[in-house]
This record gives sequence, structure tokens and C-alpha cells, in this order.
Amino acid sequence: MELTTVWFLAIAGLWIGYFVLEGFDFGVGTLLRVLGRNEPERRAVITTIGPVWDGNEVWLIVAGGATFAAFPEWYATLFSGFYLPLFAILVSLILRGVALEYRGKRDDLIWRGRMDSMITIGSVLPALLWGLTFANLVRGVPLDASFEYVGSFGDLLSPFALLGAVAFTAVFVTHGAIFLALRTTDDLRARANRLASRAGLVAAVLVIAFLAWAQAIRGDTGSWIVAAVAVVAFAGGLVANRIRREGWAFLGTALAVGLAVASLFAAMFPAVMPSTLDPQSTLTTVDAASTPYTLKVLTVITGISLPLVMLYQGWTYWVFRKRITVEPVAVSEAAS
Amino acid sequence: MDTLDLARWQFAITTVYHFFFVPVTISLVAITAGLQTAWYRTGKEKYLRLTKFYGKLFLINIAMGVVTGLVQEFQFGMNWSDYSRFVGDVFGAPLALEGLLAFFLESTFIGLWIFGWERLPRLVHLGCIWMVVLGTQLSAYFILAANSWMQNPVGFRYNASRGRAELTDVWAVLTNKVVLVTYPHTIFAAFMVGGAFVAGVALWHLIRRPSVDHDVFRTALKLGAVIVIAAGAGVALSGDQQGKVMTEVQPMKMAAAEALYATEKPASFSVFTVGTLDGSREIFSVKLPHLLSFLATGNFNGEVKGINSLQAAYEQLYGPGSYKPNIPLTYWTFRLMIGVGMASVAVAAWLLWTTRRGRAPARWLIWLAAPLPLLPLLANTFGWIFTETGRQPWLVFGLLPTASGVSPGTTSGEVITSLAGFTVLYGVLAVVEAKLMLRTIRGGLAGTDGPAPDSPDDAPDDAAKPLSFAY
Ligand code: HDD
Ligand code: HEM
Ligand code: HEM
Repeated sequence: MELTTVWFLAIAGLWIGYFVLEGFDFGVGTLLRVLGRNEPERRAVITTIGPVWDGNEVWLIVAGGATFAAFPEWYATLFSGFYLPLFAILVSLILRGVALEYRGKRDDLIWRGRMDSMITIGSVLPALLWGLTFANLVRGVPLDASFEYVGSFGDLLSPFALLGAVAFTAVFVTHGAIFLALRTTDDLRARANRLASRAGLVAAVLVIAFLAWAQAIRGDTGSWIVAAVAVVAFAGGLVANRIRREGWAFLGTALAVGLAVASLFAAMFPAVMPSTLDPQSTLTTVDAASTPYTLKVLTVITGISLPLVMLYQGWTYWVFRKRITVEPVAVSEAAS
Repeated sequence: MDTLDLARWQFAITTVYHFFFVPVTISLVAITAGLQTAWYRTGKEKYLRLTKFYGKLFLINIAMGVVTGLVQEFQFGMNWSDYSRFVGDVFGAPLALEGLLAFFLESTFIGLWIFGWERLPRLVHLGCIWMVVLGTQLSAYFILAANSWMQNPVGFRYNASRGRAELTDVWAVLTNKVVLVTYPHTIFAAFMVGGAFVAGVALWHLIRRPSVDHDVFRTALKLGAVIVIAAGAGVALSGDQQGKVMTEVQPMKMAAAEALYATEKPASFSVFTVGTLDGSREIFSVKLPHLLSFLATGNFNGEVKGINSLQAAYEQLYGPGSYKPNIPLTYWTFRLMIGVGMASVAVAAWLLWTTRRGRAPARWLIWLAAPLPLLPLLANTFGWIFTETGRQPWLVFGLLPTASGVSPGTTSGEVITSLAGFTVLYGVLAVVEAKLMLRTIRGGLAGTDGPAPDSPDDAPDDAAKPLSFAY
């Protein structure tokens, strides 16, 4: 296989990793005040993602950094073209990161309430905006002959893109609710489970509409199949959730998120930024790629380090695998 | 202001801001790891309490480092798309390496460290914080390698048809002689900040609450002060090396650092100047003979090239234009870096002396508690402003002028939005973080005798019922 193709797959893989992982913690953040009715419950909700959200976010940083290294033109066009959505994503992620870290540092309900709002906003907005961005990526944007974005912000707000925004968000909410059901106990678990079933139905409708539309714009047989399997996985996840097999349910939504993102990349390939103006100015993997030498260096490094990363991140999930209980009485952690 | 100026302001503001947190993170995590190791080996409770106290302060700080780092990663593409196209093939590799090798390590093991007290075996838990230390060191190395390539491009060839630099030797990039001197200098400078922070906090407690945890804070004060002095020596030695490498690769920067217009042999170091720095006239200045020659070349009688002759040489090489950076800015930031930074060494030495053999520090010394860490922090800022503005008008030295790097399609409206947005957000966050920091510092060691104060789950909480993992 061409190294440019390998790296297209690698970049797609990093984004898939990012959305599968941070997808559930966006969902958990969004549901913080919906499922967490009081302080102890909200703490439990946050504790489910506490040890892992930062590691999840690094998938984004690496996806960005690897795009810069392997496809400089893609990085340059994507991030300068989607300037305002990206700016808003950064602001949201900043608010969210700070709030997650600082929330527990003061014993004061007003402080925590404020941090909770920042977590919610910082989780919903990026979910919407990533949906918007990826929908536009697939649909194509106005690029000139030197691959510069020449549209305006308004061009990014087509009905298709807006559908992408809500579909991403709904899927992440479902994914997050299932994660919560998997990681908590008793009443909180039961409510998360019910919410996942309800949100899941809405998400299913939206995601079917979005994926079908996306494939209609730019799909081929292969990407249609991937999209269809994503929908099946999502449905499987919802069924498993109904019968309270939360581990299977989570696997289902995780697969669904991953495959849905994969289907978008598959639909685009070999373009990385389709142009709506002139097929000539569509940016492809080959136009955007670094030299074979650089790609080789990157391949060696990534081949060694990414498996290691997956190993120790996996270990983290193993260490914190136990369900989290909302404790009605003051029990010191030491007792555990 | 046009898009270029706005983008430059945004880069300067967000990067300088990121670098307020970076030196504290780099050093404080290592100091915390050292304290935890001391506890692990000796079993003395005071080390555990210090680990928890400074560890908590470290966590407050790193949260800001992480979120502001996110902006760094993306603004190359947002505001500097032509720069990204030009350098991506070379520059992207260390950046990707930083993410893959350093950031994953850092963020994952920090989570394990915070939530792993009492949940992981002691040695494994200790190992986690050392992994974070390793992560910060790798992160600093790779990003500095990237920056050093912009100061002194190596290991590449210029591809004229694609108008970009292409990597030919990744090893040359990672062992650029500039990064080999920049990395130790930056790390030592970071340790000056961390040491001063540990000492400053301890000093405040010793004077303000002399009867509370006196012994523990005495240990911290001494530890911090010793770190400042040792790191200060490292900074001076590595800075000297750096001056020589810089004179070799960017002689204009050294000339600008001294506002040296005519070539001199031997050249003297000017301590400060009153008057204009445009080369026309000097009203008053204090000079140390031969010192600049030594700093720049290692020889007390070496020749140092002046701005005028370098300008003429560059015009020959690169065509007409000005190749001078902003002289007053480089001149003063260079002096302030050294002066302000070394002042903190003097303060640290004085503190060690006045507290020798059980002596209590004088009350007025409390006024030094806050300036002590701020001095080396400011020296870091000045050093970077010097380094980066001294490279101007180049973005990549000798290859890409700053003006050619900016995103062609981005509108000034967009940049104004993000510039204003980040500035306001950063301003607010600075207040929030400073307040939280001070609050935590004032809280002192109270609560550090419990098993796991760093974990958000068991902070004493009156309003709500604590929560525990279902273990
Ligand atoms: C506590 C902070 C601190 C202190 C006390 C010093 N420095 Fe420094 N210096 C830095 C913190 C710093 C820095 C912020 O870390 C810089 C910016 C870029 C870099 O590599 O390190 C820097 C840059 C920097 C450069 C520019 C390198 C370049 O542009 O290529 C030189 C020549 C020196 N330093 C030399 C010195 C000397 C001779 C010092 C006095 C003994 C000194 N520094 C003290
Ligand atoms: C190591 C990674 C770094 C890289 C890759 C880097 C890269 C850049 C780039 C691309 C610019 C834009 C050009 C411009 O604005 O003129 C710049 C400018 C600047 N950087 Fe850095 N930088 C790094 C570290 C730092 C740090 C740590 C600081 C300060 C704490 C700093 C301070 C500045 C300043 C003040 C400018 C503005 C200079 C000017 O516009 O005249 N940089 N740097
Ligand atoms: C302009 C170039 C820079 C970029 C693109 C950049 C990027 C980043 C990013 C994305 C993070 C967040 C990592 C996470 O989520 O875990 C981060 C944090 C960090 N960066 Fe930077 N950075 C820059 C400059 C620097 C410099 C010059 C240094 C050191 C000398 C540095 C050292 C660190 C460290 C130690 C962290 C860990 C967290 C913390 O700072 O508190 N960075 N950086």
C-alpha cells in the first residue's frame, strides 16, 4: 500500500479513537446536570470520567499533530478554513478542562455549580461543532486553486451540516449515557439506562438520516456498507441496553461511533478536502502529503508508540474498572 | 492592524501565556516526584505531606498548561497556514512525536496518579508520577527541537517546485546544536521557577504561621532555595554555551542583544544604556570590557560583528530589505532575563543564610515570598521574547520571512475574534487560577494527613456527602 494511503488510514484511525473516547465523555458532560440531581450524584458522574478524559483529549492533539506532519496542506486548509468553529471548539475545551480539574478543589456549592455549567457547555458545544465540521468536510467546501478556503462562515451552515451537528451530539449523548449506566450503580445506573434508551431512538433516526445523506453526497459501495454496519452496531447497542447488558451496549455504541466516522473518511477518500468550486481544486491525499521519507519516519515511530499508548490507556480503564457508587453517608475513601 | 500583525499578537500572547504554566509544571512535577520518593524510601510523614501539598498546587497549575497547550497545537494551522505548508514536512515530525510519546504519557499517568492513591500499590503509584516527569521532559525536548529548527534549520532540503522545506535527516533535526543547548537552559530555567515557588510558599507559611508545621516548611524552604541556586548555576553555564551557538547561527541576534552597531574586537558588554538605541548616540552607558567577546566567542579578545556590517552582508545574501530585529526590545529583554533571573538566586542565597541552623526568618522577609517565584518566571518570559523577536524578520531563519507565513485566506475579522476571545478568556482564567492557587497555599498542610487529598473524592466536604469508589 502507498504510504500516503497508510497515513490517510492512520489519521482516520486517530479521529476514530478521539470520537469513540471523547464521545462518551462529551456525553457524560452533557448529562451532568440531567442525571446528576444533587451534588453526590454529580460527583459520581464526574468521577466516571475523571481519570480518563485528559488522556482521551490527547487523541485530538495527536490527530492534529499527525495531520500537520503527514499532510501539511490538509492541516493548513482544514484549520484555517474552519477558523471560527475551531476557535469555538478550543474555547469550549478550555472551559471544560479547567472546570473538570478545578471543580473539586473548593467545597463550595456555588463554585461547583458554576463549574458544572462550564462542563455542560464545554461538552455540548464541541459535540455540535465537530459534527458541523465533519459534515462540511464530507460535503466539501469552496477551495480555490491553491487549496485556500474562500467561503464565509455562513457557507458552513447548510442544512446537511446542521443535521451533522445534532446527529453527532445525539449519538454522543447516547454513548455517554450508556457509559454512565456501565460505570455506576443503583438508581443512577437505572436512570442512565432509561435515558440511553430514549436518547438512543432519537439518535438512531438522526444518524440514519445523516449517514444516508452523507453517502448520497459522496459514497461508494464500500463506504455505504461501513455506514450500514455502523447503524446495525448502534441498534445492537440499544437492544443490549434494553436488556441491561451494559458492557455489550457500550461496545455497540463505541463500534457505531467508530464505524460512522470511518464511513465518512471512506466516502471522501482519496480526497481529504473536497472542493465545491472546481474538482481540480479538491485536495487529495497525494497533493497534501509529506515526502515519503517523512512518512516513513512517522510510520516507524507511530508503529512503535501507538500500541504502547493503547496498552497503558487500556490499563487505566482496567485499574478504574469498578462501578462508582453514590454514597449516602460520609465514608472516607480510606475505607475502600 | 492587518491580519499579519493581529496573528503575531495572538501568537505572542497565547504562547507567552502557555509558558507561564510550563516552567512551573516541568519543575514542580519533578520536585513532587522527588518528595514522594523521599517518603517512599524513608517513610517520614513530612515528605508525604509535602508531596500532597505541592502535588495539589502542581495539579492546579498543569490544568492551565494543558488547556492553553491545546491552542498552540491548532493555531499554526489557523493563523499560519502558509507557514504550516512550508514547514510541515519537517516541523510536523517533532510535533507529532511530542503528542505520541509525551502527551499521552503525561495525561494518562496523571489520571492514574490523581485517582490512584490507595488504589495502586505504593511503588506503582510512585512510578506513575515519574512517568509524568518523563512525559514533561520529552514534551519539552520535542517542542524545543521544533523551535530550534526555526532558529537554525538543519536536516532538510528546499523543494522549489512545491515551495517547501523537506526533511532529509530526522536525526539531524533532533540533535540540532541549538536544541542541545536550548534544552538544558530551558529546563534549568524551569527549575529556578519551581524551586523559587516551593521556597516562596514555605517562606510565607514560616513567617505568617510560625507555629504551624514549622519543621515541614523549613525543609521545603531549604529545598526550594537550594534548587534555585543549583539551577541558577546550570542556567548561567548553559546560557553561556547558548550565547556562543547563537553568535554562530544568528550573529544578528547577538549584535541586537547588545545594540552593537559597529563590529568590535574586543567587544565590551553593556550593562545598561540611557539614551537611544538606534546607534546614533549614547547618552550614558555602563560597560564591562571584554565581556561580550567572551560571551559570544569564548575568547576575551574575540571579534563580535556589528549590526551594520551584518545588515550589509544579509542584503547581499537575501536581497534588499531590513534584517534587523527590534533593537530596544532585544537589548532590554536580554538584560532583564539575566538580571531578574539572577536576582532570584541572590534572594534564595540570602534566605538560606538567614535561616541557617534553626534561625527564624525576619518578619519583613514575607514581602519576598511572592516576588521570589515571579522573578525567574519573568526571566523566562523575557528570555523567550528575546529569542523569538530576535529572530525577526524571519519565521524560519534564512528561509521564510514572518510575513510569508500568515494564512492568506483568513480575514482580520476572524483573527480579531479569536485574539479578543483568547485574551479575555485567558485574563479571566488567570484570575480564577491565581485565586485558587492562593487559597490552596493559604490552606497549608491541613488535610494532608488524610490518605488521599489529591483525589477529588475525599476533600472534606461539609455541604455534601462524600463519594467513594465502590471498592
Ligand atoms: C530563569 C530564567 C533565565 C535566566 C536567569 C537566564 N536565562 Fe537565558 N533564556 C531563558 C531563561 C533564562 C529562556 C526563557 O529559557 C530562554 C528563551 C529561549 C531559550 O532557549 O531559553 C533563554 C534564552 C537565552 C539565549 C538565547 C538563545 C537563542 O536565541 O538562541 C541566550 C544567549 C541566553 N538565554 C543566555 C543566558 C545567559 C548568559 C544567562 C545568564 C547567566 C541567562 N541566559 C540567564
Ligand atoms: C518551542 C516552540 C515555539 C515555537 C514553535 C514558536 C514559534 C513561533 C511562531 C510561529 C511565531 C510567529 C511569528 C511571529 O509572531 O512573529 C512566534 C513568535 C513569537 N513567539 Fe514563539 N515559538 C515557540 C516558543 C515560544 C515561547 C515559549 C515563547 C514565550 C514564552 C515564545 C514567544 C514568542 C513571541 C513573543 C513571538 C512574537 C514575536 C514577534 O512577532 O515579533 N515563543 N513563535
Ligand atoms: C508553540 C509551541 C507549543 C505547542 C504547539 C505546544 C503544545 C502543547 C499542548 C497541545 C499541550 C497540552 C498537552 C496535554 O493535553 O496533555 C501542551 C502542554 C505542555 N507543553 Fe506546550 N506547546 C508549545 C510550547 C511549549 C514549550 C516551548 C514547552 C517547553 C519548553 C512546552 C512544554 C509543555 C509541557 C511541559 C506541557 C505539559 C502541561 C503543562 O504545560 O502544564 N510547550 N503543550
